[in-house]
Amino acid sequence: MTQTNSPEPIQKVSIIVSRGSLDGVYPGLIMANGARMEGIEATLFFTFFALDAIIKKRMDGLKVATVGNPGMHMPTLLGAIPGMSAFATKMMKKEMDKIDIPPVAEFITMIHDAGCEIYACRATVDMFHLKPEDFCAEVDGVISVGQFYEKSAGAQIIFT
Amino acid sequence: MGTMSLVGKQIELDADGNLANRNDWSEDLARELAVQEGIGELTPQHWAVINFMRAVFEKEGDSPSIRRLTKESGVDTKTLYQLFPKGPAKRAARIAGLPKPKGCI
Repeated sequence: MTQTNSPEPIQKVSIIVSRGSLDGVYPGLIMANGARMEGIEATLFFTFFALDAIIKKRMDGLKVATVGNPGMHMPTLLGAIPGMSAFATKMMKKEMDKIDIPPVAEFITMIHDAGCEIYACRATVDMFHLKPEDFCAEVDGVISVGQFYEKSAGAQIIFT
Repeated sequence: MGTMSLVGKQIELDADGNLANRNDWSEDLARELAVQEGIGELTPQHWAVINFMRAVFEKEGDSPSIRRLTKESGVDTKTLYQLFPKGPAKRAARIAGLPKPKGCI
């Protein structure tokens, strides 16, 4: 890597997680944790189906999509066979554990303990009729888009 | 690359500013480095993290992930971030005389 000048280091990131599959959720979690590890302030904002990642009953049941996911290199009809998604999920979890990536619930706790704030999207919560008690204890609040932008003052916003 | 004056010697550093030679490390050096890094006096909990990191590196050739650090060193995530603010794994590795950790977690 060549770097001719040294720009300002990143101080703060706001990461939006919008997808609810296992492969949709992890990149945002890894980036949030990685930011905290580097001493960068981090906020996580979960919206739409990604809310499953902070819903107590669902967070450890996320699946890898085997249909409509060209990255799986699997014909659509094969991906649709019952059990295929569960199998792919199991394989992926096994590989992730090998490189020390924790299950979603443990990861959320770890990221929150590391000082990252975690928020749920107000519009989605209303749309899906979710209640505060549906969420894991790490959720710092349900906030509107406007509040999200306020909290993101001075941050780089990352959409995943 | 550069050098740093520690424990009365010129110590060689790698590109990240960590010790270039692990043999230069000593407990006294760690104490001095912690003060220079703004961490201050090393407590028994700091030493638990440093010693655990050194033991893992000795065996496996890389520093442990934060997850492993918190699961096996006896220091939890919150405490770890208080002990080594602004990047615990990176800063603990530096004080432990190890290269910057390679992993993402």
